[in-house]
Amino acid sequence: MTAAEYDRVPQFIGADYNSPIARSLERTWETKPGILGWISSVDHKEVGVRYLVTAFIFLILGGCMALIMRLQLARPNGTILTAQEYDELFSAHAITMIFLYAQPVLSGFSNYLFPLVLGGRDMAFPRMNMFSYWLYLAAGLFMYSSIIVGAVPNNGWFNYAPFSLTEYNPGPNMDFYALGMIFLGISTTVGSANFVVTFLRMRAPGMSINRVPILTWGTTTISVGNLLAVPSVSLAFLLLWLDRRFGTHFYRPEGGGQPLLWQHLFWMFAHPWVYVVVLPAMGMVSDAMPFFCRRPLVGYAAVVLGTITTMALGFGVWLHHMFATGIPFIALAFFSGASFVIAIPSAIAVFAWIATIWAGRPVITCAFLYFASFIVMFTIGGVSGVMTAAVAADLQLTSTYFVVAHIHYVLIGINLFAVLGALHVWFPKMTGRLIDERLGLVAFWIIFIGFNLAFLPMHATGLLGMPRRIYTYPPGLGWETPNMLTTIGSFILAVGLLIYFVNVLRSRVAGAPAGANPWDAGTLEWATPSPPPPYNFPVIPSVASRHPLWEDRLPQEGVGRSELRNGMALDHGKEALATTALDAQPDVILKMPEDSPAPFIVTLAISAFFVGLLLQLWWLAGAGALATLAGLLIWLWPARELEQRAGAPR
Amino acid sequence: MTRTPQAAALGALGLAASAPGAAASPMDYLHADGKWAATVLPLTWGLFILSLVVIVVIAALVIVGVMLRARLGNVRQVPLVDTRATGWIAIGVGVSTLILIGFVAWSSITLARVAYPPSKPALTILVRAHQWWWEFHYLDKNDPSRSFVTANEVHIPVGKPVRLELQSADVIHEFWVPSLVGKIQTIPGQTNVTWIEADKPGVYRGQCTQFCGEQHAHMLLSVFADPPAAFDAWRADQLRDAPTPATQEASLGERGFIGHCAACHTVRGTVAEGKLGPDLTHLMSRSTIAAGVLPNNPGYLSGWIADPQSVKPGSLMPDPDLSGPELASIRSFLVTLK
Repeated sequence: MTAAEYDRVPQFIGADYNSPIARSLERTWETKPGILGWISSVDHKEVGVRYLVTAFIFLILGGCMALIMRLQLARPNGTILTAQEYDELFSAHAITMIFLYAQPVLSGFSNYLFPLVLGGRDMAFPRMNMFSYWLYLAAGLFMYSSIIVGAVPNNGWFNYAPFSLTEYNPGPNMDFYALGMIFLGISTTVGSANFVVTFLRMRAPGMSINRVPILTWGTTTISVGNLLAVPSVSLAFLLLWLDRRFGTHFYRPEGGGQPLLWQHLFWMFAHPWVYVVVLPAMGMVSDAMPFFCRRPLVGYAAVVLGTITTMALGFGVWLHHMFATGIPFIALAFFSGASFVIAIPSAIAVFAWIATIWAGRPVITCAFLYFASFIVMFTIGGVSGVMTAAVAADLQLTSTYFVVAHIHYVLIGINLFAVLGALHVWFPKMTGRLIDERLGLVAFWIIFIGFNLAFLPMHATGLLGMPRRIYTYPPGLGWETPNMLTTIGSFILAVGLLIYFVNVLRSRVAGAPAGANPWDAGTLEWATPSPPPPYNFPVIPSVASRHPLWEDRLPQEGVGRSELRNGMALDHGKEALATTALDAQPDVILKMPEDSPAPFIVTLAISAFFVGLLLQLWWLAGAGALATLAGLLIWLWPARELEQRAGAPR
Repeated sequence: MTRTPQAAALGALGLAASAPGAAASPMDYLHADGKWAATVLPLTWGLFILSLVVIVVIAALVIVGVMLRARLGNVRQVPLVDTRATGWIAIGVGVSTLILIGFVAWSSITLARVAYPPSKPALTILVRAHQWWWEFHYLDKNDPSRSFVTANEVHIPVGKPVRLELQSADVIHEFWVPSLVGKIQTIPGQTNVTWIEADKPGVYRGQCTQFCGEQHAHMLLSVFADPPAAFDAWRADQLRDAPTPATQEASLGERGFIGHCAACHTVRGTVAEGKLGPDLTHLMSRSTIAAGVLPNNPGYLSGWIADPQSVKPGSLMPDPDLSGPELASIRSFLVTLK
């Protein structure tokens, strides 16, 4: 590469999606056909869609597990399941929903949308991006392979020691969970690092840090959180595996171990994880609800600060899962206070959404109905959370179905409702077709009624004292009616979701054409055709406000004008633009990597490593480790076409 | 979008839970029979009512807002009124914060009031949790010969605080008697402490609430709150050793018991001194067997001994493989353990 090429000042040209430069970009960026092309693709939109499809499959699997459990609990003294089967089901249901659905589905939206809403061509590390997907899929399959050998994790997703140790749990059940979570942690870490760097450096020129959509704030905030929290859980599970397979004494009371250490390490991760699976969903609502309120979000800065504050405080409340462990009262009082305080940033978001409705002109679509009901579900899940922040009251509430109802209002109300609404919004962008609104409305109301019928009475089940994780219960304790209601409601919910997914699949082939901007929305992704071409933008747009597409109608916002059709032509191979972290001033032309099978191959090697550890086939683990190293060397070997120099265009 | 009916339904279900009281729903914690639970109950109700109010207010704001504003019709442009709208966020968050601060104070005061018993405890009971039953040690520090052990049913004197020290023999369990005291985990390698006090005589149901393995669902306990005289009589009774069997059948049963059961069970006054299972010295003074799963009568007793694995699958009590006559004689020994 010549010095002139290093110091190139990009041409500023005008171009649309039909121009010659667009056609040449299409050839440069498109994924090659065939199975090898499919394996090698690093397109962020491809990554996003694969994340979404995989997460929805896990959602359906986890949902089926729940339905089987609800049949068992519909009536007292149920005999459909044995205790062991029930224990495996409730554990696998939670692991599936919390780790294999709730976070990955949000990663799917974020991977798809980040470059589009930020005005970039791809994520900062495209290969790492596909790598995170392959690792997620492999870790999920790894944990699900426990079904084949009949040794599904059976200690709940908390997995408290010492019940997880070999004395009480000799089978490989817990090894699947322990190693699977370390495995999945690699995927989460890789993906999180990518989101953080993309957020900070891959924005369109002019898209300063106070002009990005809230979704990217949510995902970036939780990605920083993940980078801090995942090491804790990876360590916790590694120590568990050492205790199980090498007889160490981290959690084993004989020999000085501390069972309570597990709870600390686990909840230090798992409480922040609750925010990990809701903050990006809240971000999507903050971005997309204004489309339907026909105005910008009220209180952008307050909502962003609330998002960050929630995550920060989320690291200081883990002890509220451990109020009953005999910890000194002064510590309980501190963590109780922190747990009350964390409701305040959530209140900011709730009032911002309500103010947006009151100051807007709502258009009632399926997506809007999901978002509006989301606000109320969010409140129900929130106030039941506040109830458990009060130590003395929590000592009654905890470990009963009240907490089960709470977590389902959080995970379904705040995650799933937001996701179902968001799919209505962005599915047209992904496929070029609208999801049918009429069938969508039917699905919405069945889901809404089924969900609330299932989980509102569950609060009463808890207040009536039914402990969680019991495989059966006797009659005469007042638990029959609410349990039957929950079972009926959960099947109605399942029917609603079935209609929803049938509608999505039908709309995929027969939906009405969407056009570029079916919702008349204001953010950058709607400036691209639906579906967007692999290069996203023919020229790099420059941005002057939070709503580049609404500028003609929002005279109050910003002084400049965004420029979407004229900008830098980055067409010397696969190129993207890096900008400065705060003000998004153009900084460097990035040479982006080509498609590569390396992420897939390295994932296979890592899988071999983990299978080796699981089966204690040390030769296989060793070979997997060596192959991983070799694969990474090939992957990271310096390539001439990726050479670049800092500080190019201004 | 009708959301208020659901909020009302929650209220109705919650109230329905408390109305029938202990009779219809012995495990609910919206009523209290003891000082610990009674101290906490107003806080639980306060939080519950606050929650209902918040849900109703927010749901109303959403529903009314959507109905009023959607009627105005779609427009391409809505004037920005951010400064006023942002003010509403400040008001909403401000009010929420004040309420939350009030509840932090209420919560802290309640915690301080239940942290320690109101007066010096009348006695200390050591609770040892096992997979899947409860062991209660009545300790007398002044006179160790007045200490004894029982299982799954714990007697306390009415109107006096009793100190509980909790340990685990295996995995983590959780002690809970909803109408008397909140949950406390039993953790191997450490001793946790709580206290209970019952206001009036009665039997209060409790249950393990921390998942602890296959039979977690069947790890029940009962607290018997006795008037002081009855408690003293019960205690004196428990101190007695088992009587020598009076009939030939029973003494044959005692030998069978020692052969088959003594590795795990203790009957004071015999050579049976096993520690793995419940102490059976006064088995027939208890109203249930198998940690609250079956009523304690000779019929269920035979069934339980003959085939524990079908009553409580996974139970650590093995199938003793007894012949019919052996089973009958052991049962006739056991029913003498009054």
